[in-house]
Amino acid sequence: MEINVTVNGTVYQREVEPRLLLVHFLRDELRLTGTHWGCDTSNCGTCVVWLDEVPVKSCTVLAVMADGHRVRTVEGLADGAGLDPVQEGFRQCHGLQCGFCTPGMMMTARWLLDNNPDPSEEDIREAVSGQLCRCTGYENIVRSVRWAAEHEAAQEEVQA
Amino acid sequence: MQVPAQFQYEKATSVEHALGLLGKYGPESRVVAGGHSLIPMMKLRLAQPQALIDINEVEELTRISVEEHMLRIGAMVRHAELLSSAVAGEHFPIFHDAEKLIADPVVRNRGTIGGSLCQADPSEDLSAVFAAIRGEAVIQGGEGQRVVPIREFFTGPYETVVADGELLVAVRVPIRSSASAYQKVERRAGDWAVAAAGAELRLDGDTVAEAGIGLTAVGAANFHVPEAEEFLVGGPATAERFARAGEIAAEHCQPVADQRGPVDYKRHLAATLTARALGAALARWHGRHQEA
Ligand SMILES: Cc1cc2nc3c(=O)[nH]c(=O)nc-3n(C[C@H](O)[C@H](O)[C@H](O)COP(=O)(O)OP(=O)(O)OC[C@H]3O[C@@H](n4cnc5c(N)ncnc54)[C@H](O)[C@@H]3O)c2cc1C
Ligand code: FES
Ligand code: FES
Repeated sequence: MEINVTVNGTVYQREVEPRLLLVHFLRDELRLTGTHWGCDTSNCGTCVVWLDEVPVKSCTVLAVMADGHRVRTVEGLADGAGLDPVQEGFRQCHGLQCGFCTPGMMMTARWLLDNNPDPSEEDIREAVSGQLCRCTGYENIVRSVRWAAEHEAAQEEVQA
Repeated sequence: MQVPAQFQYEKATSVEHALGLLGKYGPESRVVAGGHSLIPMMKLRLAQPQALIDINEVEELTRISVEEHMLRIGAMVRHAELLSSAVAGEHFPIFHDAEKLIADPVVRNRGTIGGSLCQADPSEDLSAVFAAIRGEAVIQGGEGQRVVPIREFFTGPYETVVADGELLVAVRVPIRSSASAYQKVERRAGDWAVAAAGAELRLDGDTVAEAGIGLTAVGAANFHVPEAEEFLVGGPATAERFARAGEIAAEHCQPVADQRGPVDYKRHLAATLTARALGAALARWHGRHQEA
């Protein structure tokens, strides 16, 4: 069937089988391979993207369910002017090693900061608790998100 | 790579429309809500519906409201929305206790209340929650609506009274003076329960006037334990009696051994968590009545 999905602000019209999963639509149809695909069982969270306003596990959403909706992937995190503070935080604080979990982690982190600009360590750990990282031991992921929170607050003060 | 078998897909825009589509495609069609139980089952080919009726755009199913002394939760309300609902939490704090521990925050953005109940997995937390607080399922079919107490909703593992061609539209709970709590043991963050217990209490002075006990993942018939509830009602609300109610609950469940633990451990958890949930509900009852 024909679907129209707005991904990172661009409308894509495609003919897809109803059984196509959103993660494969993004990766194989649109070639947006920033979104990773891991466990296939909604456990690892590497496939997390935003569907409208919230992060979801795209291996457990059908592409047809996104018809008429907005999707935001890691490719849509930076706005052209530079990296998103979350991305910069992961860079500054060594928030990744192999990088496999990173796109999903950053998408959830962005959502967390939009809803809670000053999250505690516990809030951050809770937010990514459905996402696995086999490398960092999570410490540096928490630091990266805190870095982003602090720098966003500082930026806002400068702008104010 | 796990790929579901082929199926036809339709987006419903209203309850009437969804019912029409269910009628059109017949018994081999299935409703998809959050899809977080159904899509994994389709990937494993444990489910192979010929048609999927998507109810994610049915606006009328997405609301939490209070109507005629009933808290009404639409079938398409997401776990995350129930967790953050002030009105639900104020009347039934058990929802917050349970929702904090259902899956993980990202899964909770997608999974729905209706999907949880209709899935009727023996480990589904909300089944025990609604059993404890005596919720009622509002089911709609071609003939109109019917209301079924949650305690009579489940007909077996993965089976409910919702018939082919019907839709669960909401769950409602009579609002009354009571206190409730939920306690769960899981192996790791976001996992299904090894065991869990929900409790609701209403006191008359120091005497238990109403008690509800729901159990998750331990094979309690219809997710609740009337024997333990009957034991409590009419007696004092003491830790000793809560412990005894827990023992009765453990005696009346049928846990099965699996990778989450052996039978005796699960029985032990059923007893302990029941007593703790009752204790937590009692503390909330007192908290509320001291403020007043
Ligand atoms: C990683 C992970 C961890 C989880 N952990 C937990 C946990 O700890 N505790 C817990 O309780 N649950 C847990 N769940 C399950 C989750 O809470 C829900 O069971 C799941 O999301 C089902 O809701 P859904 O909206 O996704 O339903 P779907 O998958 O869309 O549907 C499930 C079934 O219900 C039917 N159905 C759905 N809505 C209706 C309706 N309105 N009327 C009639 N039939 C309907 C469907 O046809 C299907 O048969 C977990 C899920 C995942 C993926
Ligand atoms: S690939 Fe989606 S959660 Fe692992
Ligand atoms: S950086 Fe390797 S899995 Fe997280």
